[in-house]
Parts: sequence; C-alpha cells; structure tokens
Amino acid sequence: MFFDQQKSVMAFLQHFALLLALIIVFSTSCKAVTLEVGSVEVGYNDSSKSSATEDTSTSINGSTDGHAPSVISTLPIVTWKWHHIETPYLVALWILTCWLCKLVCELNHNVTSVIPESGLLIILGFILGGIIWGADKAQTFKLIPTNFFYYLLPQIILDASYCMPNKLFFSNLGAILIHAIIGTCWNAATVGTALWACYEGGAMGTLNIGPLQFLLFGALISAVDPVAVIAVFEEVHVNEVLYILVFGESLLNDGVTVVLYNVFDAFVSLGGLKINAAEIVKGIVSFFVVAFGGSFLGVVFAILISMLTRVTKNVQVIEAGFIVVLGYLSYLTAEMLSLSAILSITFCGVCCQKYINANMDEKSVTTLRYTLKVMANGSETMIFVFLGVSAIDKNIWVWNTGFILLTIFFVVVFRFIGVFFLNWVLNQSRLIPIDITDQFVMAYGGLRGAVAYGLAALLDEKKIPEKNLMLGTTLIVVYFTVILQGITMKPLVQWLKVKRAAHSDLKLIEKLNNRAFDHILAAVEDICGRIGDNWWTRGWNRFEENYISWLLMKPKARKNRDYLFSIFHKLNLEDAINYVSEGERQGSLAFSRSDEAANVDFKKQFGSEFADVMPNIMVDMSNYELGIEHFSVTSIVKDTIPSVSLDIHGQDRKNAMDDINAHHLLQQHLYRSRKHHRHKYSRSHFSINQNEDEVQEIFQRTMRSRLESFKSTKMGVNPAKKITKHHKKELTHKMPNGHPDGTGHLYGDEVDIAVGSETGAINSTFMRDTYTVGAGIENPVFLPDMDSPTHSPPWLMETEAVAPSQRAQRRLPWTPNRLRRLAPMRISTCSTDSFLMADVSLTLEEHEEHSQTDHVEMRPVFD
Amino acid sequence: MGSTSSTLLKIPNVEVLMQETGFSPAHIIRLHDRFKALDKEGRGHLCPQDFGAIKELAMNPIGDRIIGAFFSPGKETVDFHTFVKILAHFRPVDKDRPKEPNSPEPINSRSNKLKFAFQLYDQDKDGKISRDELLKVLRSMLGMQVTEEQLESIADRTIQEADLDRDEAISFEEFRKSLEKVNIDHKMSIRFLR
Repeated sequence: MFFDQQKSVMAFLQHFALLLALIIVFSTSCKAVTLEVGSVEVGYNDSSKSSATEDTSTSINGSTDGHAPSVISTLPIVTWKWHHIETPYLVALWILTCWLCKLVCELNHNVTSVIPESGLLIILGFILGGIIWGADKAQTFKLIPTNFFYYLLPQIILDASYCMPNKLFFSNLGAILIHAIIGTCWNAATVGTALWACYEGGAMGTLNIGPLQFLLFGALISAVDPVAVIAVFEEVHVNEVLYILVFGESLLNDGVTVVLYNVFDAFVSLGGLKINAAEIVKGIVSFFVVAFGGSFLGVVFAILISMLTRVTKNVQVIEAGFIVVLGYLSYLTAEMLSLSAILSITFCGVCCQKYINANMDEKSVTTLRYTLKVMANGSETMIFVFLGVSAIDKNIWVWNTGFILLTIFFVVVFRFIGVFFLNWVLNQSRLIPIDITDQFVMAYGGLRGAVAYGLAALLDEKKIPEKNLMLGTTLIVVYFTVILQGITMKPLVQWLKVKRAAHSDLKLIEKLNNRAFDHILAAVEDICGRIGDNWWTRGWNRFEENYISWLLMKPKARKNRDYLFSIFHKLNLEDAINYVSEGERQGSLAFSRSDEAANVDFKKQFGSEFADVMPNIMVDMSNYELGIEHFSVTSIVKDTIPSVSLDIHGQDRKNAMDDINAHHLLQQHLYRSRKHHRHKYSRSHFSINQNEDEVQEIFQRTMRSRLESFKSTKMGVNPAKKITKHHKKELTHKMPNGHPDGTGHLYGDEVDIAVGSETGAINSTFMRDTYTVGAGIENPVFLPDMDSPTHSPPWLMETEAVAPSQRAQRRLPWTPNRLRRLAPMRISTCSTDSFLMADVSLTLEEHEEHSQTDHVEMRPVFD
Repeated sequence: MGSTSSTLLKIPNVEVLMQETGFSPAHIIRLHDRFKALDKEGRGHLCPQDFGAIKELAMNPIGDRIIGAFFSPGKETVDFHTFVKILAHFRPVDKDRPKEPNSPEPINSRSNKLKFAFQLYDQDKDGKISRDELLKVLRSMLGMQVTEEQLESIADRTIQEADLDRDEAISFEEFRKSLEKVNIDHKMSIRFLR
C-alpha cells in the first residue's frame, strides 16, 4: 500500500517537474522576445491590482511593437498578440508557478515536517531561478520592492492582524510593544555599530561604507519577518503566550523597522556633516510620530470599516470586499502621509475584527476569512519563491566574507541579548514569568524575511555604493535564518521541552469559568482596594459596551453578541453538522429529513435573531401542539397531518387506510409550486428560486388548515388566541422548576422564547421579516410547526416502554461512537425523539445498550 | 522600618498568619490598612454591609457571591485573619519558594483556588453544582443579553460537558477535571499580591 502510494507520488512528481520546467521555459522564452525589444524590467505583481508603472511600460511596448504592421498584404485570420497581454500573462503565469511550487512542497508531509515550507519554497525558487538563468543568461525576474510593499505585503499583514487572537494580543500588548520597539531599536543600533566597529578594526577589508550606512543596514536587517516566523511557529505548535509574543512582535516589528529605516535613510541622505543634536531629536520625534500616527490611522480606518459594515446588509455579496479594500486603503493612506503603513493596516485589522464579525452575516465573515487566507497564502508563497529566484543573479553577489559572517553572527547574538534582557525586565512584573526555554525559542525565532530583503532592495545605489553587498548579505541572512533556523526550530522545541499548545476542544464550561474568574478577580481587586490588571480590562469593557459598540455595531448584533452564547452557538452548529454527516455515512438519512436535527440550531438563531418578531408565531404553534397532545393518538395521525410535510417516516407505520388518507391529505394540502420563470443563476444571491409570495402563501394555507383541523377536533371550544394565553400561563409556572417531568416539558422549551413576550395574532408583516432575515434557512416558518404533529410523538405511538423518561432525555442520541460531543440539549429534548424516530425499530434494550456504550465512550474525552 | 514592625505588632498572631498565607509583611500591612478602611466603625471585624459599600463591587454581577465567600456559614462577621486567608487564594504561585515536604498544602494551590471558585457556584454547600445553581450564576453573568431559554440550554450543555457520572450536577471532582486544561494559576491570581 505504502509503496504504491509512494510510487504514484513519485510518478506524479516527475510529471509535475516536467510541467513546471515547461512553464518556465515557455515564460522565459516569451520574455526573451520582449527583451529584444527593449529591456523592460518586468517584475511581477498581484493580478488584481497591476502596477501603474508596469502598465505604462506594457502599453508603450504594445503601441510600438504589439500591433500588426500597418501595411498588410492579406487579411490575417489569427495574429500573435503577445505584447498585448504580456504583463498580465506573465503575472498570472508566475502566480500559477509559485502556487504549483507550494503544491509540490505539500505533497510529502515527511519532508515538510523536517524542512519548513518556507525553506522548501526558497529552495524551489533557487531551481526556478536556475532555469531562468539558463534560458536568459540573466535574471530577468526578481522581487521588486514596489511590488512587494504595495501588492504582496498588505494582504499578509491584514490577514495576520484580522486573525489575531484579540484578547491574547491585547493582554500581552505591553510585552509585545516593548519587544517590538525597544528590541528592534536595540538590534538596529547594536548590529550597526558592531559592524562598523569591526570594519574600523579592519575585519572586512576596504569598503565604501560609513557609520550611518552601517546603522541603516542594521535597521533593515533587524526586521523580524512575520511571514517566516508564523510559517515556522504554526508548524511547531508552541504555547499560546509564546506564540502571541513572537507573532505580535514580528508583526509590529516590521512597522518599526520600516520607520527606523526611513529615519536612518533620511540621515544618510542628509550626510554625516549636517547631523547635529536638533536633527537627531527630529529623527526621534519623527520615529514616534510615524509609528503612532500610523497606528492611529489604522484605528481610524477600523472605525470606518466597522461603521460601514453596519449598513452593508443589502449588498451582502460584496460586503467582504469592503474590508479588503478599506484595509488596503488604510495601508496606502498611511504610505501617502508617510506614516507607518504596516502598523496602520495591522491596527486596522486587529481593531475592526470584533465589530465586523458581529455586524456582517456569518457567510460574509467566512468569505472574508477565506479571501484573506487565499490572498495572504498566495502572496506569501510568491514571496518565498521569489526570494529564491532573486538569488540566482550574479549582479548582486559581491562577496565579502568578513561582512557576511559578522552580520550573521551579530544578528543572532544581539537578538539573543536583546530578548533575554527585555524578558528579564518584563519578568519582574509579569504574573506568569516567561520561561528561560520560551525566551530561548523567542530569540531563536527571530527569522529575517522578505521585509528585510525588500528594504535592502530599496536602497539607493547613489547614496550607498555598496548596495549590492548589503543586498547579498541580507539574502544570506534570510536564507540562514529561514532555512537553517527553521529546520532546527522543531527539534529544538522538542529538545528544550517547550510547553506546547494544549490541543483542546472548545468547551463551554471552560469559557464559562473564564468569565467567572474574570469577575472574581475584579471583585477581589476591589476588595483589596487596589488598581490591578482587571480593573483596566473591566473599565475598557464597560466603556466599550456603553459607547463603542453603540457606535460600531448593528443593534441586532449588539443584542446577541454575548461571547458565551456565541460559543454555545458555535458548538451547536458543529454538532448539527456532525449529526447530519454522521447520519448520512451511516446510511440513515432519517434525521437529515426529520427537522429536529436542524431545529436544534435553528431555534437558537431563532431565539436570538427573531426574538422580536417570532414570539407570536411560536406561541401559536407550540400551543397548538400542546393542544393536540391531549388527544388520542389516532386523531393526531388522521387529522393533523400538516399541510406541508414531506416526512414520509411519519406515515410509514400506518395501515393502508391511513396511507390512503394521508395521500389524499397530502395531495390536498401540499403546496404545489407555481411555475415561475426562474433563473438558475443569480449574480448577487445564492438562495435563488425562493419566492417570497410562495412562502407566505404556504404559511397562510398551513395556518388556515391548522386552525380548521384544530377547531374540528376541539369542537370549536375556543378560538386559538385564547387557548394560547391559557397555555402560556400554564407554561410559565411549569418552566422554572425545570425538571424533566413528563411530556409537558418536552414542549416547554419551544414556548419558552415566547413566554414573556406579547402574544398576538399572526401577522403577515412578520412573515416578510422572517423570510428576509432567514433567507438561508429553508422555509424557516415550517421548522417549528413540523415537529410534533407530523411524527406523531413516538412515545405515544410506540409501546409505553419508550416513554421520554429522564433516561431517554439524557441519553446520548443514537450516534456512532465518533460523535462524542453530540449530546442532547434541553432544547433538543425533542431531538432525542427524532432519534427515536430514526431508529424506531430499536427496542428499548438496544437503547439502553447504546446509551451505555455512549456513556463509556464519553469517558476518555473527559478523563 | 520602625513603623512597619509597629504596625505588624498590632496584629495578633501575625507570624502564624504570614506562614499560613505566604504574604510578606508589606502585604499584610497593606491588607490591614485596607481592612481598617473597610471597617468604618472600627469593630475589628467586617460584616456584609461593609463589603456592600464598595461601589465597584456592587456592580459586579457575582459580587454578592464573592462577598458571601468571606463568611463561613452561620457567621455574620469576618475578622482580619479570615479576611487575609481568603485573599491568599489569589496570591500567585511562587515557584522559587522551596517546598517543605510535610508542610500543609498552601492556600494558593491550584486545587484551593478551584475550590474557591467552586463554592461560589455551590451555594447550598452540598458539594455539587446543580442545574439551578449554575443557572443562577449564568443568569447574573449573562444578564439581559440572552433569553431564559438560551440560558437553560447553555446550562445544560455545560453540565453535560462536565458531568461524568450522569447525575445532572457537577461535583468538585468533575469540576476540577473539566478545567484541567485551564491555567488556573494564571486565571485566579492577582499580580499585586505576589
């Protein structure tokens, strides 16, 4: 088996390599054609936003050369128009190539578990670069700083900041900032001066570099790259505090480095002689203005985005796009104002995430998440590949052993010193001090990456004659850190026994207790009468609740944004999905059809989203059901087949008479959809072929027929509305004791939403509301009223043995053992019924057996 | 230093207290000052009203439970000793301090911290968090943001997650097990008590 697999993989690899080589040769030969015309340096850029400069260069090319000769002798049928599409074509081709490289890297997990993906990509980049070199005899493709900073970096940073674990980030913000700001400055200054000192000492021979240039180089080389770091750390799974420290630091550090780089660059331009105390003070001021100004701008954009998402619900299709575009704009705006663009987009992402997630539709959030991931991963791949490709260029290789080795040495050593010192300072006041091993990994994780390279490539050759030496050295440092440190990181983490991230499932009880702990700590701080960490957290929370969420969140989102509840919601969703997929695998589709499975979750949404409109209907329906309950089984079966039930299971067990009866009823009551002209595709909606009128009509018909059957069975004793109230009262005092005592409780939950809100007649305006809101749910109206009369309650139909005793309610649904987390909730007491329905053939003994096996299966999870 | 020792001298059995709680003299003095500030009438002990006077605490959703934790059952007052001992639960765990082999478990141990949290839920002191008890806590913490029905389902789910012996209640053992992955030392410690 394994061998076969191996062989097929190998075969595939061979084909693949061939394909890859073909693509490269093709693209380079195409390129060669261009080169003859005029040496245009074509970099590559993101397909979506093609760079203006390159556009012009292509258009120039196109106008001079791309057109067919003006004098033609005969009408050409087809013409070769390479120059029309050259740039976008190459860009697309390169994107494809890079992504295929990623595919190759991920083919074999044995390799990626040893060499991190980023390293592999660089190595593949070497190979690609070699091929190009072989074809062109020059490096025609390389990473151009403009493209890198404007088209590749922003989405990576936006993705990283948008997915940042917010609470963790802000609770460690102090440490992160200290590392990012002071640590970076320390690295820049020490590496720069140490190199300069060594140069003065004669370790590098003669170079045309002044002390300021050394400092500039020190600044650019101290950029710890988030991309490389995250790529490595994600594979290693270190504990979350260490992760956030390294991640946050590397993210903010980039911004700081760029700022520092600009300051030193300005100093270099100014020249050593003109620098006096005033200029230095200006430089320091500029550093802070640029860094904090950028962050502030990001926050402003975050507010803008959040406010915008309050009103975008009518254009849901492009909702997610707004965030991407505005995030990008925050980057560009900061760049325009010469503030720190990276910091701007970082804070934009971090700050807006909470509000946009609450404001936007769940689907849009998913879309945004995936869009960002695709973009970020895509450009990350390209960056690494191009870091490799760029190496194969003899122009940039100016070798100076002393300079290169000393740089690597100082970069590593000063990183260690800086991290250990700062952590020592931080540990003086940290509640949980950072371990020595964690510190070591933190220091070792200072991988340099594309930002350093981009900054080095940005250097101006006129001002810095030794630019190529610096560029080459930067590349070597990047390779050294990404490949060597990347490879050794994992064994190191294992060897040092660094605390790994606990791989734990989402647990409601943990979240609940975390909340309780927060309150407890806050209270104890109050009792002690001192201001501690929790005081700030609480103050912020209160401020946010009172003002910020009012400004930035939709009223609806505000209403059900409670964190615990959303966790609960998430768990439920997960369960529902497992539930269905597991059932389908088992070959029993019963519960995917019987609606309780969906209902569990549906009602949750119901309760929160439609609480204001739904109660009326809920009360009506559930009371109606309650009313039915008192009747004999047969009457339920015969008379109350609801008009819109497709559930055949309910009818399975009936005799032929009933069958005919049912057929008749079904035919009479089933809504036959009108033949509308409907499109199979809609530009802006996924849920097409749903007609508002239709839903309303079905609903009204259902209600009408229900009312009729209700009256006829009850002999018209009461109009529906009064019964409603009567039952409601009954329920209110039934509910609070909350003990599952018999059947009454089973329905209690359904009505619970309704309790406490006004009962009223069914109004059709409500219908419209529900429909628009719940567009994703198939006919939301019907879920509640399909439950019980349809599948005439099993405990009534079956033998008395299957009465919904406490055991039945508590026992896990009949599911395979894999589905451990699935458990009935109070609300889903009816969902147990659905299971009874699903495997109604099981006898009681079997039930018990299952509940026992399930019980046993549960243990390992909790133990 | 003179004032320090003189204040310390005023507190009876201060040595024992320091040994039991692990607080430094500076902490004890600080807490003593606070205790005196809370004890407005100078009776030498605190009653629930004294705690209730703390403005912020009144706004805490589970504030009264925490106040309740200071008073052992049947008692209406709390003296300085008990006060400090309760607060000692929140002292961060110190790793450096050598552990004496036969010394009793320190108050700020993991399981003691958990016990403190547990008894906030378990108001009837039967050693189990029942559904109703959990619901009450949930209700006060989640407040108006969710409906009663949602609260109930959250409570049920929570119990299910922890409930190993299927008795619809969470015993301390179950409580401890369900929070095994949570860094209690971190979550139940206050930095300035170190």
